[in-house]
Amino acid sequence: MPLSQTEQLIKGVLKGDRKSIAKTISLIENDMPESQKVVSLLYTHTGKAHIIGVTGPLGSGKSTLIEKIAKEIRKRERTVGIVAVDPTSPFSGGAFLGDRVRMQDLSTDEGVFIRSMATRGSMGGIAKATKDAVNVLDASGKDVVIVETVGAGQTEVDVIKIAQTIVVVLAPGLGDEIQAIKAGIMEIGNIFVVNKADLENVDKAVGAIEAMLEMNTQKKDWKPSVVKTIAITGEGIAELVDNISQHKAYLDSGAIHAQSRQRIETELEEAVKRKLTEVILDNLKRREEFGELVDKILAKKTDPYSAAELLLEGKLKKYKSN
Amino acid sequence: MTTERKIRVLVAKPGLDSHDRGAKVVARALRDAGMEVIYTGLRQTPEQIVETALQEDVDVIGLSILSGAHAVLFPRIMELAKKKKLDNVLIFAGGIIPNEDVPALKKIGIAEVFGPGTPTDTLVKFVRENVWKKK
Repeated sequence: MPLSQTEQLIKGVLKGDRKSIAKTISLIENDMPESQKVVSLLYTHTGKAHIIGVTGPLGSGKSTLIEKIAKEIRKRERTVGIVAVDPTSPFSGGAFLGDRVRMQDLSTDEGVFIRSMATRGSMGGIAKATKDAVNVLDASGKDVVIVETVGAGQTEVDVIKIAQTIVVVLAPGLGDEIQAIKAGIMEIGNIFVVNKADLENVDKAVGAIEAMLEMNTQKKDWKPSVVKTIAITGEGIAELVDNISQHKAYLDSGAIHAQSRQRIETELEEAVKRKLTEVILDNLKRREEFGELVDKILAKKTDPYSAAELLLEGKLKKYKSN
Repeated sequence: MTTERKIRVLVAKPGLDSHDRGAKVVARALRDAGMEVIYTGLRQTPEQIVETALQEDVDVIGLSILSGAHAVLFPRIMELAKKKKLDNVLIFAGGIIPNEDVPALKKIGIAEVFGPGTPTDTLVKFVRENVWKKK
């Protein structure tokens, strides 16, 4: 019996066929009707890859570092998937995806698959479809999947929802010494990298990070490490990849279960939210009542919260008493 | 929730040509027109370009070349594209390509060649009107 197009795609992904991987990621990214089925079918094949999130401010050298990390991983005879995320312009809806410029050597390595993605409106530094793209690469047999976030600032913490090991990349002189104290990406890092370590003030930056880590009141079993690198020369890369492997070993020794549970809870929550939006919110928005309430709010005759209660009156009765 | 399908474009610079201002202008124009543009940088080999197009599942490839090597590089690119079955990808070119070379390029599958001074609006219109057309 001939396989349907969807079944053929899945078969191709599981075999590691690059065209199938590319087409499947597009299918999911564009929210095509078959995408839910594809995601479900591939899900049971995920869970083998080590997922690394690389985040940090603009100019810290993330892309260059990722290329070097991937090359080192390839030297250690493992395969790599890379998802590089860049922001979608809120005005045009378009995006300039330029992370591959720093990864040119990898484009013809058969053991590396690189996909550039635009955020398409998501605010946390990754795209909604990033997790799905990671799953496809995982299911295709990649040993390691690296996600490069947009890295525009302190709010880029969504990577924690999908990565097992989070690498925070900083560079001396980017104002990091002060930034280090703020909440956000500094709290989620498992490994901190001070890249461009040939610049002045590198030891100051390392010191500031170590000091901040000492002050961290949340005692965890894994003590975040700080590694100095010069990505363009390759200095410190082997040490960094060793650190990454050590974190993986730590996770595999048991910590990964709590982490996985947390991540999957979040994933389920997001899937439910998405369905709610699709079924309930879009429905409500199409009603005349919705437009009428907007007019009332504009005229200050009511407020958004009261209006919301009105819109949902009766519909949430089932859930309120539980 | 369905999202409007985005047009994904690869802007590529094949060969030993380091003039990328034009390519970047085109990339920005297409981005401003709502497309997702992948730019891979300078000195790309035909193998790199086609493999990138495959992994990124692009709808369009824009080849920028000012070195005069188009007669050698473009056939190689088209040959690889055919081999990897990038059949429905719209491929156009720009840069310094003499008018008399254009018919031969169109014959091998380059949809259109845009010379210097082409308004970016023309490019955007061309892509929008010709993308996703089954060959």
